[in-house]
Amino acid sequence: MKATVLVRPKPGILDPQGQAVEGSLRHLGFDVSEARVGRVVDVELSTDDPQEARAQLERMCEQLLANPLIESYVIDLDVPAPA
Amino acid sequence: MTERGPRPLIPVVVFPGSNDDRDAVRALEGLGAESPRVWHTDEELPAGTAAVVLPGGFSYGDYLRCGAIARFSPIMAAVTRFAAEGGLVLGICNGFQILTEAGLLPGALRPNESLRFVCRDVALAVERHDLPFTTRCEPGRELSIPVKHGDGCWFADPVLLAELETDGQIVLRYASGANPNGAVANVAGVSNADGNVFGLMPHPEHAVDPLLGSTDGGLILGSLVDSARLSLAAAV
Repeated sequence: MKATVLVRPKPGILDPQGQAVEGSLRHLGFDVSEARVGRVVDVELSTDDPQEARAQLERMCEQLLANPLIESYVIDLDVPAPA
Repeated sequence: MTERGPRPLIPVVVFPGSNDDRDAVRALEGLGAESPRVWHTDEELPAGTAAVVLPGGFSYGDYLRCGAIARFSPIMAAVTRFAAEGGLVLGICNGFQILTEAGLLPGALRPNESLRFVCRDVALAVERHDLPFTTRCEPGRELSIPVKHGDGCWFADPVLLAELETDGQIVLRYASGANPNGAVANVAGVSNADGNVFGLMPHPEHAVDPLLGSTDGGLILGSLVDSARLSLAAAV
């Protein structure tokens, strides 16, 4: 089972990378007021049980993929359509 | 800087990507410690360890977040047990990042506000003179110690920061106008609540020889050696 984890700097956390991207986008002529840069982690799990997969992904995020002090995360589980 | 008594055992942990471990060993041994290098896959600290140092570098290539992967090294379980028993743990730069990721120190280290790697001497104010890491520092005297990092912007939210200020866990601050990375409240180094774990972004091991412009790093490392020696004496 596949999943995508999206990790973002929490609101209010200084994101100099996002600021640099924002400046660059403006320089290119795009009318943007903010850009923030996060991280995408694609994970392939061996389990086919969505509930078990989600539980594992939550633990992955808490232990390693995100730092809860400064980052939030969203788990997007790619649940296969029933055959 | 005189040596008194036995040489306390202060191992320096080496992670893949550590690069200040030899400087740390040299500095600590010059100040009277015995400092073997300990590999990150070891599951125990050497018998008789009086304090342990996590050195600077780029463990695991700084992948994911600085220190995020190194904290799961087998040796870190031993370091965590050692700290829980009151053992002295010092984290320098990447070592500081590892200790925050491991939850042994408060806050987090983020990319520098400037997005630039900074490498220069900085002036530092010592806020606590009674910790095992700062006893040699004189009240009111600023230290000059180099920083060299890309991710040294220490962060804590206002609630956590207020707690740490109240508890006296902010040990080291960049002097006014000297903040090199945008750290909240100019924080350069913090301790845990019990005061036996300390992390800082500046590199005391690079400031122990007059040839390099400052010996102020010896005040911090020398304090650690003194305290480690005292803990040995207490254990006998």
